[in-house]
Amino acid sequence: MRVWLPLDSFALAMGGEEVARAILAEAKARGVEVTLTRNGSRGMAWLEPLAEVEVNGVRHGFGPMTLADVPGLFGDLAAHPKALGPVEELGWMKGQTRLTFARVGVIDPLSLAEYRAHGGLEGLDKARTMTKAQIVAEVTDSGLRGRGGAGFPTGIKWKTVSEAKADRKYIVCNADEGDSATFADRMLMEGDPFTLIEGMAIAGLACGATKGFVYIRSEYPVAIRVMRAAVDIARAEGVLGKAFDMEIRVGAGAYVCGEETSLLNSLEGKRGIVRAKPPLPALEGFMGKPTVVNNVISLASVPVILAKGAAFYKDFGLGRSRGTIPLQIAGNVKYGGLYETAFGLTLGEIVDRIAGGCFTDRPVKAVQVGGPLGAYFPRALFDTPFGYEEFAAKDGLIGHAGLTLFDDSADMLAMARFAMEFCAIESCGKCTPCRIGSTRGVETLDRLARGDADAIPILTDLCNTMKLGSLCALGGFTPYPVMSALTHFPDDFARAKEAAE
Amino acid sequence: MLDSHVQSDRIAEILEAHIGLEGPLLPILHAIQAEFGHVPESAIPQIAAALTISKAEVHGVISFYHDFRERPAGRHVLKLCRAEACQAAFGNSVAERAKQKLGIDWHETTPDGAVTLEPVFCLGLCACGPAAMVDGRLVGMLTPKSVEKLIDEVEK
Ligand SMILES: Cc1cc2nc3c(=O)[nH]c(=O)nc-3n(C[C@H](O)[C@H](O)[C@H](O)COP(=O)(O)O)c2cc1C
Ligand code: FES
Repeated sequence: MRVWLPLDSFALAMGGEEVARAILAEAKARGVEVTLTRNGSRGMAWLEPLAEVEVNGVRHGFGPMTLADVPGLFGDLAAHPKALGPVEELGWMKGQTRLTFARVGVIDPLSLAEYRAHGGLEGLDKARTMTKAQIVAEVTDSGLRGRGGAGFPTGIKWKTVSEAKADRKYIVCNADEGDSATFADRMLMEGDPFTLIEGMAIAGLACGATKGFVYIRSEYPVAIRVMRAAVDIARAEGVLGKAFDMEIRVGAGAYVCGEETSLLNSLEGKRGIVRAKPPLPALEGFMGKPTVVNNVISLASVPVILAKGAAFYKDFGLGRSRGTIPLQIAGNVKYGGLYETAFGLTLGEIVDRIAGGCFTDRPVKAVQVGGPLGAYFPRALFDTPFGYEEFAAKDGLIGHAGLTLFDDSADMLAMARFAMEFCAIESCGKCTPCRIGSTRGVETLDRLARGDADAIPILTDLCNTMKLGSLCALGGFTPYPVMSALTHFPDDFARAKEAAE
Repeated sequence: MLDSHVQSDRIAEILEAHIGLEGPLLPILHAIQAEFGHVPESAIPQIAAALTISKAEVHGVISFYHDFRERPAGRHVLKLCRAEACQAAFGNSVAERAKQKLGIDWHETTPDGAVTLEPVFCLGLCACGPAAMVDGRLVGMLTPKSVEKLIDEVEK
């Protein structure tokens, strides 16, 4: 009997470890031979822990599993109360275009043999037959843009590093994933770590870099464990070695260390202070050497681009947003999780059709798109298509593609205050607009909350100063959630005034 | 209480094991904290000497990062997610109940030294919030009731 139960953090947080143990104990008690694979998550968070059992070569799903549901896996499966049918046939799975996440949830994350059997290493094999310039051109032609937030074309960044002259170059993977509502990096690292390793090895070939680092936030113990084990296996099997090797490094709980120059300082063992640009990290990065800094998903999308060709990848998408994007749907949501699809769905389709609205069955009041530095969108803007330029045109951003749903009980003034508070807590302290501005912002919003409407122009001015004067996007983008809350939900700001009067 | 010689010997071993890394300071601090539960003050000159940087620099790094503790925490550490997605799922009411039950605020430890309560900004569990981490174990979909139960279990 073949059974899968995820080692993914979603599954573990919902009692997956206990369920896995119970499955093995039950099998032993019944004298049934079971092969239990700890896979990644399919991304349907509301079904975790999701057990899968092979029936006539097809994987059937059961979830969300509790301990009481375990014995039933050994009986009449069709009659199991948590039976979902073939997993690949579920609407959530069928609606997706899984390119980057093709293997996540499917394979044993730490089996290089399964990885190969599912198309793994095809991209790296191809890259080994190409010149540096050809690899860079392929990535450029795919239209891939950085998935870490800024949307900078990945091929152009690689070209700069590739053409730079230096005795050492580095590939640094940004796995700091600090944004609320994002977990794509985590799921990829936990569910298919070899894809990231392969993407980094290809980046190494393209840029002439021999060393890579993955900087993973300390809040991700499972991802750290899986990535470390995968790197050891990849080294033992010759995927990593003299030509390109890598190390897993762990952050220390600072949101700002997701900013690339702060991350580099942190890797070097310094305080995670933002560096002024120029020089670009591509020319003077880790230890002053040319360095590619890319997000996990940017790097993990490279193997499929090399394996299937730039044209194949570029064919998906909308406008200047090419390929697929792993949407991460979170917060007060009925069907939350990871959904990989071509760019271009409208926000409304994502929120109403895919996510099914709020778990409270109340109306969706606001959706924050792009993490703590992203804008709050009201229903009036739900026709916005999911793309970099399309969101920018509405004074928003897609960031790392996290979406947080709020129902009509949300207090948007409180959320604006939280954005300023978060900026104050996490500011690296180097520039004044961010460090001081955020604290003033909290005070100003407290004035507003007491009904002092005179504070509105002060808040607007302050946001402008932060936007224009901050060294990085922490201070520079905190105005997005604040100003969008004020603009789109004026009632929440007026209510405080009425209450005061 | 650890004998100070034993402690400095152990720190010397950790330094030895990491000194060859490019940018070894964070790995060293993580290893020391994993060993002692915090970064003891007495470790600072030892680290500074090994890396040939100033004590102030080492101290600056320790204090910059939320993770590193200069004093031991309680026997258990409860980290509750305070970030947006968990707030949308009513994490604030979970946090309020936890504070009430423990009788402490963020960053404090119960008087009996059992539990330290800390905020965390996202655990990557945002589709099954409100989320928490208790001594490294992840917990999702908390309610005010279930967080009380969790605290009871931990305190036992
Ligand atoms: C405050 C702040 C936090 C950031 N956090 C992250 C992060 O967690 N992960 C990430 O990939 N990029 C993050 N970024 C963006 C990085 O600075 C950088 O643009 C990115 O790593 C480049 O990789 P990409 O081109 O592949 O997106 C952050 C930026 C700022 C200003
Ligand atoms: S926002 Fe709480 S786990 Fe991400």
